[in-house]
Amino acid sequence: MEAVGVNPPSIEPAPGGSRRFVVARGLSAGYDGRAVLTGIDFDLRPGERLGLLGPNGGGKTTLFRVLLGQIRPLEGTLELDASSATVPQSDRSRLDFPVSCLDVATMGALARLPWWRRPGRKDREKAAEALARVGLQDLANATFGDLSGGQRQRTLIARALTAEAELLLLDEPYTGLDSTSAARLDRLISDLADQGCAVMIATHDVEQARSWDRVLCLNGTQIAFGNPATALNRKVLEATYGGQIIEIPGDPGHGVMPPHHHDHPADRGEGHR
Amino acid sequence: MIEWIAEPLTHGTTVRALTEIVVLGVVSGAIGCWIVLFELSYSAESLAHGMFPGLVIAALIGAPILLGGTIGVLIAAALVVLATRLADESADTAIAVVITTLFGSGVLLALSPSSPPGIQELLFGNLLGASNADILIAAGVGAAVLGVLWIFHDRLLAIGFDRDSGAALGISVGTLNLILLGLVAMTILVAVQGLGNLLVAAILVGPAAAARQVTRRIKPMMVIAVVVALVAGVSGIYASYYLRTAAGASVIIGLIFCYLIAATAGVAEAAGRRGAGKMKP
Repeated sequence: MEAVGVNPPSIEPAPGGSRRFVVARGLSAGYDGRAVLTGIDFDLRPGERLGLLGPNGGGKTTLFRVLLGQIRPLEGTLELDASSATVPQSDRSRLDFPVSCLDVATMGALARLPWWRRPGRKDREKAAEALARVGLQDLANATFGDLSGGQRQRTLIARALTAEAELLLLDEPYTGLDSTSAARLDRLISDLADQGCAVMIATHDVEQARSWDRVLCLNGTQIAFGNPATALNRKVLEATYGGQIIEIPGDPGHGVMPPHHHDHPADRGEGHR
Repeated sequence: MIEWIAEPLTHGTTVRALTEIVVLGVVSGAIGCWIVLFELSYSAESLAHGMFPGLVIAALIGAPILLGGTIGVLIAAALVVLATRLADESADTAIAVVITTLFGSGVLLALSPSSPPGIQELLFGNLLGASNADILIAAGVGAAVLGVLWIFHDRLLAIGFDRDSGAALGISVGTLNLILLGLVAMTILVAVQGLGNLLVAAILVGPAAAARQVTRRIKPMMVIAVVVALVAGVSGIYASYYLRTAAGASVIIGLIFCYLIAATAGVAEAAGRRGAGKMKP
């Protein structure tokens, strides 16, 4: 297992300089005192895109919940120097709900307001700006349920931006998107990183993860962290996906993908939520 | 025409009934939207039936109906929690057993030969019997319900839309759900005297369900729901005056008419949207 141990974080300079949004050392997390995720060691800097790979139940959602402050680490340390927000899969929201794109984006303001305060005019302006950042200014008054999958995903990103989050946690954002929408989402994620956000993208798509700045592979414990070019080797992927990877003919070693490459609705939940 | 409208207003009973239905219509229209959007219609009806023994016992011993209803709903809630934890059945079945048992016990007490006359009004309501004190209490409780709904409007919208992200947005989802159920219970408590235990759920669900058919935004939905409740309520009272029908039941018939009109309009609007083509990706 030496070859698939934790890779040292890259020392190349990142856009955010020496500031780190996340520093996790020896982190364990779980539910009711029982750890479902152990040995997490990674850093995340402003401007970085981090691909989070792992099977269903591998701990991706648990790590997100720790970073959102919803559960406390059982062991280790976690230093967070950024406000974080989650961007769930858009089909987990009620598509029949009577809300506009702008209504959804404005919901992000609630994360910043005390419980008795309602979002005001400035918050709606901020939400409109967030919609403009994700390229949806013309659809601000459209009903959320009428939007395409890609537009819904971008609306939920706008909600996170309205929350003034610097660390965005995207939960399998490419699920159900066509190639045009996926490419547009790719560009948006890169733009947000260029603007100083750090973006963590939980995904099953190994090939896509190769284009991010870092990858973190989980399977109940940390399998690897580092540059995708070195971290995403066959042994790491076998340890991450329990040896059930599929080799793409003609590209031995690199051309592999996990069994859940194409996600199914019934498989989406993690072991613990 | 003016005479036709004005004549019922010369009777204090009718004026009080109209005032009561206006108060109940405004509150029910607003909270009804959350009941429909949160799919709480069954819970609302269960709350109404579950508090029935409390209402009857309060009426029998001469205690305030509001007090009896409050104690009744608390006991019903405790029994529902207990039954869902202890029973092997599904939660729905356990709730149905508890609620029908409570409601049956209440009916047994209300309809026994020794019960004083008028106690059956708790089943079917008596809008025309509303006193000034009833109206004041309804207005006070209604204002409190509307105030709390106003404060939590955006948070209710957020968790209704995406329950899983509630915690990430700093919202205590469980607490907010409990608050909403408490507001529903408070609305039922003040509406049950006028519309009766069997009919009260209609004014909570009907106007909002009708509004849902014709709009796809929460604020217009609330406005339309209130208007539907007021139109059905006022026309029900007038129908009751001129046709000598039961006031509460007439209001409910008005609500059904409004719903059918809205549903027809909703079907036509949806067909029009489909015809106009889907939004581009």
